[in-house]
Amino acid sequence: MGVRRGLLAVLVVAASTVALAFLVLPMAAIFLRVPPGDLLHELTNPVVKDALVVSLKTTAIAQVLILLFGTPLAYLLASRRFRGRSVLVTIVELPLVLPPAVAGLGLLAAFGRVGLLGSTLDTFGISLPFTQTAVTLAVAFVASPLYIRQAIAAFEAVDPDLVAASRTLGAGPVRTFFRVNLPLARGGLAAGEALAFARGLGEFGATIMFAGSFQGVTQTLPLAIYEQFAIDFDSALAMGALLVVVSAALLLSIKLLLSWQPSRQTSSSAYAPST
Amino acid sequence: MATLSADFELRLRSFDLRLALEVERTVALVGPSGAGKSSVLRVIAGLARPEAGRVALDDEVWLDVGDSVFRTPDERRVGLVFQEYALFPHMSVRANVAYGGKERVDELLERFRISHLADARPPELSGGERQRVALARALARNPGVLLLDEPLSALDTHTKHGVRLELQELLQAFDLPTLVVTHDYEDAVALADTVGVIVHGALRQLGTPGELVSQPNDPFVASFTGANLLRGHALGVDNGLTKVRLENGEVVYSIDPGEGEVGVVVYPWDVSVGRIHADDSAMNLVRGEIASVVHIGNRVRVRIGPLTAEVTEASSARLELERGGSAIASFKATGTRLVPLSGAGVPTGSAAAGADLLAQPAPLEPEPAARARRR
Repeated sequence: MGVRRGLLAVLVVAASTVALAFLVLPMAAIFLRVPPGDLLHELTNPVVKDALVVSLKTTAIAQVLILLFGTPLAYLLASRRFRGRSVLVTIVELPLVLPPAVAGLGLLAAFGRVGLLGSTLDTFGISLPFTQTAVTLAVAFVASPLYIRQAIAAFEAVDPDLVAASRTLGAGPVRTFFRVNLPLARGGLAAGEALAFARGLGEFGATIMFAGSFQGVTQTLPLAIYEQFAIDFDSALAMGALLVVVSAALLLSIKLLLSWQPSRQTSSSAYAPST
Repeated sequence: MATLSADFELRLRSFDLRLALEVERTVALVGPSGAGKSSVLRVIAGLARPEAGRVALDDEVWLDVGDSVFRTPDERRVGLVFQEYALFPHMSVRANVAYGGKERVDELLERFRISHLADARPPELSGGERQRVALARALARNPGVLLLDEPLSALDTHTKHGVRLELQELLQAFDLPTLVVTHDYEDAVALADTVGVIVHGALRQLGTPGELVSQPNDPFVASFTGANLLRGHALGVDNGLTKVRLENGEVVYSIDPGEGEVGVVVYPWDVSVGRIHADDSAMNLVRGEIASVVHIGNRVRVRIGPLTAEVTEASSARLELERGGSAIASFKATGTRLVPLSGAGVPTGSAAAGADLLAQPAPLEPEPAARARRR
């Protein structure tokens, strides 16, 4: 018995060590091969500068869109019970299991020049493929399910009695949403948003299919790294290190920003009814 | 005072809830869990939408299915206190109260003795404190009717007695039509002057506590509403037992501690009935005239002085119990519970606390006290 238990402990520790090492090693390898000086030097490279700007800009816009359109949808799916609700939830989650290349094809088939909405957009003089808007759409498409899924769970976790209490205390549905549902779901929304952000910043497949890889227009950092990889491995490595640092910093600040709780209010005006 | 009238039909998962009720003072609905009690409050508050019916506060119609009137909860002047209080965990006590209405916040914090907790968050409060915050918040909205869902069930037995006493006094002071639902008959009797027994979505009987104990409509009401509640004054401790002088002058003993004005709670099936004085010092004895004899199935409820006893049909026949005769009721000190009663504010001889009704013979029960009527 004692021997068996000892053996089990050894196995668990060994498996954990392998798993940890496997996750840490590639990232450690990048930073071991890239001196900090090189990392900063990359920022002066015009290709890297352009790619960083495109990445940040498209990801930021995509996140705003995800929050603005995804939050109401998640709230609706969490708070209403209706026929076909589970079908809708599955549809929302579907892009998660779609290979990014297929997602790119889908976007082309929908918004491309010969796509479903292509001619409609054309009459308004809009052409989406291979523009920066296409990058934003690709990022939003692949990243939004991560946020919406988490947001549904977060809204569902809010005690329905609290919502009912708000209503019986004279608050309408809008005030109840902003004073009760939203603040109480905040932690879950922040976690979902952080996930969507991380997925969006690393987006590659759908973007290259739908938006291409033009420096300064649609070439995001992951696309630039892929192109650089064919030319100079060390330089690609340095760009990779930069992406890791930028992602980590942004992820951390998003988490802090969205889960930030207002400090204890003592003045009644801070919670004054809006009516 | 305003009158809340509710008459509706709501389809629940396994049965239909049908209820017709008028609330002018304090009415308690009592029944086992799953009887549909909370749904009654949800319908009145506008949180549930019945298939048919009407809910109105005086001539202010909140719901009339026939007329397609449905006011949302925020358009009804209700103060609903949830079973678990439903305080907003992300707001301070002050913000919780102010959520219902800003004008009277300080006054309410003061009145409910929670001013010192104004900046605390609900998770930091005790059960009794949470209830006071929930009440203050409900009243901040200036409701026309107060609804309490199991107001005492979230509390542990230790704090429950004190909070019940407090709640009694508050309800009397509010001067609002109040509907309380509870699964605990003792709580119902302590808080309300009219009690309705609700089982499986149907109101079985509505009446004063005295009526329910002495003249139950059916066996369920009889078994559920059991307890006698006699009003008395604790005299001190004797031999480890609390000595209580009842209003009719008799002295009884209880194993429960108590002081001041107390309610003596005895279940009818714990009371034995005899014709002659059996000399047993361990027994509490109450002598009196037989005020009523009511047959329920194979059992008989006999009202002796202030007390109702339940005996078998056979022993009732053997003892030849009939109205106008005299008998001696006896019950053990161990089967005698004591509950605190608010001394001040409970007018003796009126229906206010319910307890007084029980302390009087059934025929003297003031009929107008049944302010909530069955329709």
